[in-house]
Amino acid sequence: MPILSLLIWMPILSAIPVAMLRGKNNDAMARWVALFVSLVSLLICVWLCFHFNANTSDMQFRENIEWIQALHIRYDIGVDGISLPLIILTCFTTFVVVLASWTMVKKNVAEYLALFLIMQSMVIGVFASIDAILFYFFWEGMLIPMYLSIGIWGGGNRSYAAIKFFIYTFFGSALLLIAFLYLGLQIHSFDILKFYQMKMNLHTQIFIFCAFLLAFAIKVPMWPVHTWLPDAHTEAPTGGSVVLAALMLKLGAYGFLRFSLPIVPDASAYLEWFMIVLSLIGIIYIGFIAIVQTDMKKLIAYSSISHMGFVTLGCFMVFIIIQHTANLQNAYMSLEGALVQMISHAFGSGALFLAFGILYEKLHTRKISDFGGITKTMPIFAAFFVLFAMSNVGLPGTSGFVGEFMILLSTFKANFWVTFFAASILVVGSAYTLWMVKRVFFGPIVNANVAHLEDTRGVDMLILVLLAIPVLWIGLDPNPMLTMFHASIGHLLQLANTSRL
Amino acid sequence: MLTILDFFTATPEIFVLAMSCFILMLGVLLKKNISAISYCLAQTTLICSALLSFKCFSILHFINIYSFSHTFILDKLAVSLKIFIDIAMIFTFWYARLYNDENKIPENEFYVLGLLATLGMMILVSAANFIILFLGMELMSLPIYAMVALMRGKQRCIEAAMKYFIIGSVATAMLLYGLSLFFGATHSLDLSNVAKIISMTAPSQNLILYFGLVFVIAGIAFKLGAAPFHMWVPDVYDGAPNSITLLISAAPKIAAFGLAIRFLLNATPSLNIQWEHILFAIALLSIAIGNFAAIIQTNIKRLLAYSSIAHIGYMLLGLACGTTRGDAAALFYMTTYALTSLGAFGMIVLLSKAGFDVKELKDFSGLATRSPWLAFMMLLVLFSLAGIPPMVGFIAKVGIIEALMNVHLVWIAVLAIIFAIIGSYYYIRVIKVMYFENVITDSVKITCEGNLIFILSINGLSVLLLGIFPSQLFTLCHVIFS
Repeated sequence: MPILSLLIWMPILSAIPVAMLRGKNNDAMARWVALFVSLVSLLICVWLCFHFNANTSDMQFRENIEWIQALHIRYDIGVDGISLPLIILTCFTTFVVVLASWTMVKKNVAEYLALFLIMQSMVIGVFASIDAILFYFFWEGMLIPMYLSIGIWGGGNRSYAAIKFFIYTFFGSALLLIAFLYLGLQIHSFDILKFYQMKMNLHTQIFIFCAFLLAFAIKVPMWPVHTWLPDAHTEAPTGGSVVLAALMLKLGAYGFLRFSLPIVPDASAYLEWFMIVLSLIGIIYIGFIAIVQTDMKKLIAYSSISHMGFVTLGCFMVFIIIQHTANLQNAYMSLEGALVQMISHAFGSGALFLAFGILYEKLHTRKISDFGGITKTMPIFAAFFVLFAMSNVGLPGTSGFVGEFMILLSTFKANFWVTFFAASILVVGSAYTLWMVKRVFFGPIVNANVAHLEDTRGVDMLILVLLAIPVLWIGLDPNPMLTMFHASIGHLLQLANTSRL
Repeated sequence: MLTILDFFTATPEIFVLAMSCFILMLGVLLKKNISAISYCLAQTTLICSALLSFKCFSILHFINIYSFSHTFILDKLAVSLKIFIDIAMIFTFWYARLYNDENKIPENEFYVLGLLATLGMMILVSAANFIILFLGMELMSLPIYAMVALMRGKQRCIEAAMKYFIIGSVATAMLLYGLSLFFGATHSLDLSNVAKIISMTAPSQNLILYFGLVFVIAGIAFKLGAAPFHMWVPDVYDGAPNSITLLISAAPKIAAFGLAIRFLLNATPSLNIQWEHILFAIALLSIAIGNFAAIIQTNIKRLLAYSSIAHIGYMLLGLACGTTRGDAAALFYMTTYALTSLGAFGMIVLLSKAGFDVKELKDFSGLATRSPWLAFMMLLVLFSLAGIPPMVGFIAKVGIIEALMNVHLVWIAVLAIIFAIIGSYYYIRVIKVMYFENVITDSVKITCEGNLIFILSINGLSVLLLGIFPSQLFTLCHVIFS
């Protein structure tokens, strides 16, 4: 059974009937249909999980058929231990976003849901593609629903943010296409797995690495090409922010793991310090910027960038770790830490954005100074928010701790100073997060509207519980997830560790 | 000595000629309002001509045939271009009918002139001889000059027609001058004969050929609307009535592509080093000028006119590769661009009402709330023009860039793609106007004309579906040139 195709195309096709349920009277119907579709996708993911063989790094559930014969482009999809967790994450996120539409979307509900279903398909397509052009097809196609969702349902400055997002990310991926075509023309195939066998000189590798870097660094985003993200995050509707934080940023990091490290390992090793320094600047500098934000959503956005710096750090530290420790144990930990960080960041910052969305629906302001004393009127909500904030800080027992700790631990074996600077984020991170929590939730009530708030219940409550479960689960028992990665990470390390000059 | 086979190969052309004369006489004799009849007849003619083109070729077992003393050729390229042209004209007439009705454009004349232009295009793509090539091109151009001026009362249209005519005549003169130089050097008018003689000439004696080549390419660039011979494009697109702009933007471009292929590949294949360089220059210039100039436009017709210049540039990049892959990619680009462009101008025609021509970008404001389906179709078309997957424009650009990379012109590929990014700005700006802005209250209400919405939906959805399933068309393009 073409289970992956089903997972990709079912939401797209069901977006058509959902979009047809326009008009005020059909909103509830549209929501239920969309919820049903995302639930089915989630169930398919569960099925995939049970039938996935974690002992091999091979691509599983593979489908490989002709697509554009004249250009040697194939419709080739499959999953391994790296992409499957991210696909599950995608379905889960969409499910939560659809649930959130119950209270947070009032305008054009049907179109909103249809767009997010399409977005889910595109993101899954990116994670599942084994053909480079197919990958690019989904990678670029995703811009359309995101552009529209920011522009239609966004805040006051939405047109600017949407266009900036579009041009910025489109610009990044331009050279990616050139790099793919270059690689594909050498071997007359765009099969990514065949790219892994190609031999190139260092010069070519560096060019290709740079083409990849521009595309993926903009998506992650890494300093200094992060400037689109605060705008896009701030102006996007809650669902858009969640998808941006939870999924889109992961695509960049996934690109590093799927393309940069295994296809051009020598260039990656050659430019390791460059990447590490960029990551560290991102982690620290963006962390400091987050402290001074007065806009709550912007603060969460900057903290996102800072945390994603850990992911790139974990990816590119492997070379130094291998050189220093001469065994793969710590390199495994570094890469797996990066993956765990990706997933935990998705839950953590996705949850923060959703929680902020709940507040925004009630108060219609993003300024931190307009809140204050919310604990008094919404104690349960505040408890959940503090949990997510703690995960953001990296408190042991929450998901945020696991990834960062794994990366720091493995980095420490190789280089003290990198660890030192990276670990400083634990201080800066707690500074901006806790200060924000203090200003928003504690202290006297300054805003009259806050005094009339009622605590969350119903769907909003359900969303918070749904997000709190994985945050705690990964924090307390990350092992099942690590087993899923292990074989594929091993394969990746082996590829990254073999010179292909 | 003419045989029955000669006439058999030209059956579709003869049929179109007969039918256009018939419709013309019908209009003269009946003198009543016969627009419905002439519309139906014109559409039937186009459909039959497309079918005939295919049928004649299939009866001849799909082998290349020269007829009329080696002046007329029937090959895969000619037949498929004829079918594409016919399809483009069917779309054009379908879109244009209601607009012509409302704006009092003489309809009988519109269809007759349109059919005659189609005849010119069909002859042009089948030409195997300089004279026939020139004849076809003139037969294509003259009716269109007249069509631009069909709204005699409007000064704007007359002005556009004059501009088009004068600049078009200059182009014709250049082309003719170039061709006469070729004739002088080779003493032959036959395309394949010319090719043979050129390949035997010593390079030192080629100067006159190079000279002629420059003039011919200038003429072709005029017809295609490529920079630096693009000045007429925005003015004519803007000045002509919307239905005529629609016509100019699609089928004649395919025919001009045929002209370029016939001349460059059939007559001067051994001068390829020279014309490749000229084409690269023209193509890059077109892409740059088209994309930059389009950014500042507030008039949607001028915007699309500049965008057409840029797209012609991309198509020429494919031709300039000088490989069959490049030619195939260029053909794919040209046909899909014509389809997409029909969608964009079809939308403009559809939104225009009696006495109200959609011209400005702001006429589109809030279209998504006024008519979500139409806005969605326009969205597909615009994203296709911008080259974003899953629309067909993306696959077309991939084809061109792949062809460029194949001949190791990575830097041109990079330039092309960077300009595509710059270009995407003005397309997504139109989408911004449609989707993110509020309705301006004084904009005219959209009256739903089922017929038009149907054809626009077919057009928009085919842009999407061809993007998801491009394989057949792409393979066809490869087969044509292999």
